[in-house]
Amino acid sequence: MDFDAIRMIWLRDLIRHFRDRTRLLGSISRPILWLLIMGTGLRAVFNVHGISYTHFIFPGIIAMNLIFAAMQSTISIIWDREFGFLREILVAPIPRTSIVLGKTLSGSTVAFIEGLFVLAFAPFIKISIPLPHLFLLLPLMFFVAFVCTSLGIAIAARMTSFEGFGVISNFVIMPMFFLSGAMFPIDNLPYFINIAVRLNPLTYGVDFLRRFTLGIKVFPLYIDFLCLTTFALVMLSIGVFEFNKRT
Amino acid sequence: MNEEVVKVKNLSRDFGNFRAVDNISFAVKTTEIFGFLGPNGAGKTTTINILCTLLLPTSGEATVNGFNVVTSPDEVRKSIGIIFQDPSLDERLTAYENLNFHGMIYHIPRKTRKERMKEVLDMVGLYSKKDSIVRTFSGGMRRRLEIARGLMHHPKILFLDEPTIGLDPQTRQYIWDYLLNLSKEEGITMFLTTHYMDEAEICQRVAIIDYGKIIALDSPRQLKNEFSLGSLNEVFLRLTNHGIREEKASFKEHLGHLVRSRRLR
Repeated sequence: MDFDAIRMIWLRDLIRHFRDRTRLLGSISRPILWLLIMGTGLRAVFNVHGISYTHFIFPGIIAMNLIFAAMQSTISIIWDREFGFLREILVAPIPRTSIVLGKTLSGSTVAFIEGLFVLAFAPFIKISIPLPHLFLLLPLMFFVAFVCTSLGIAIAARMTSFEGFGVISNFVIMPMFFLSGAMFPIDNLPYFINIAVRLNPLTYGVDFLRRFTLGIKVFPLYIDFLCLTTFALVMLSIGVFEFNKRT
Repeated sequence: MNEEVVKVKNLSRDFGNFRAVDNISFAVKTTEIFGFLGPNGAGKTTTINILCTLLLPTSGEATVNGFNVVTSPDEVRKSIGIIFQDPSLDERLTAYENLNFHGMIYHIPRKTRKERMKEVLDMVGLYSKKDSIVRTFSGGMRRRLEIARGLMHHPKILFLDEPTIGLDPQTRQYIWDYLLNLSKEEGITMFLTTHYMDEAEICQRVAIIDYGKIIALDSPRQLKNEFSLGSLNEVFLRLTNHGIREEKASFKEHLGHLVRSRRLR
């Protein structure tokens, strides 16, 4: 493990991210759109287990910002390949695991920060999270961000074009989001959708977040943890494998 | 000193059924400036990519600074500095940040890093521009910054893949003066590719590669004598004279997988 290299990759990505102001706009407009407009609009129609719809989707919207930001930040890998900087990193004496870990950590950090933007809406829609829960929620948000980024890394490491990444990530993000229980409860679904939901790693992430924001859950804690950890490990291994290739 | 820092033996590299590098052997001596010449698509960049551990050879062996490029890539990576054909700076960062990050991944301690950054920036005349974003730099300035970066970690061998391509004569002259001085003062071995034959004349020895094979290897003077020609340019054209050629598409595609090159739009 090469901590200097991890730090360098992390720092560089963060500097780049915060120099690009327009990205902030997307991360703020997304929760407003979904939470305040969709949530408020549908509140009149739906009411999940006695919880208002706006409240119900709140953890889902956090998850949405996490996965969108995570995927978006892994585009930097393709960007670096396109504009040559990846070579600078690849010819340096750094273990490939450190490159992948650095990239995953920088993506998770960015995604975590964008998740915080959603969390900041909690008082406005009258969700109050007890302080001990908040302390657990923050590291868990980072963990979910980490899992989402690892998926992005595994995809981006194989990609050579922006267009391809756009297609794939939309193909992955949207179904993952809709099948995660972010928008509707998952305890009463038809058989096949139920299977898809249970295979979806984000389901467990949303379950995590819902437990610590609203206090409701579907799975036991250890199941959530196990599924997410396994998934992240598999994705990171794919990433390392791809970076190790010298085709 | 007659030690060989780069040794290549029967090296080949295939892309599908296209043989980009075909059974080449050569050696580069310590402190030598070694020119690697050839038409577009002759196999120069493929060879450099193998030597700097970005590509695996299909067969044959290569060692850099005594380390095998296949089995000890990290040792090789520590020994070399590279100026790529395509720019590899981070354009969104400042000159200083680019160098600082380079220093970090080569494990130069913070204090030494600061001194070294000032040193190399002074050498290429960019110290006053250190806090400017690279995107605002001209082509020549970027090239100089890349050279500064490549030198930061005191490499034993410097690979330069067409270091002066697209630069004006003044900048080319400046970079060459600087490289020659560097070779004399610090005794760095240089392995370079170029299309400018006047630059190749400066090299102590040159290898001419065509269709993946080395077809000549000697000092520029010897080559000129051998063919009784006045300039290296004439020798080069005589040896590789079969018209303008296209780079093989399959070859480019394969390279594209590794690194997408950026061309002028």
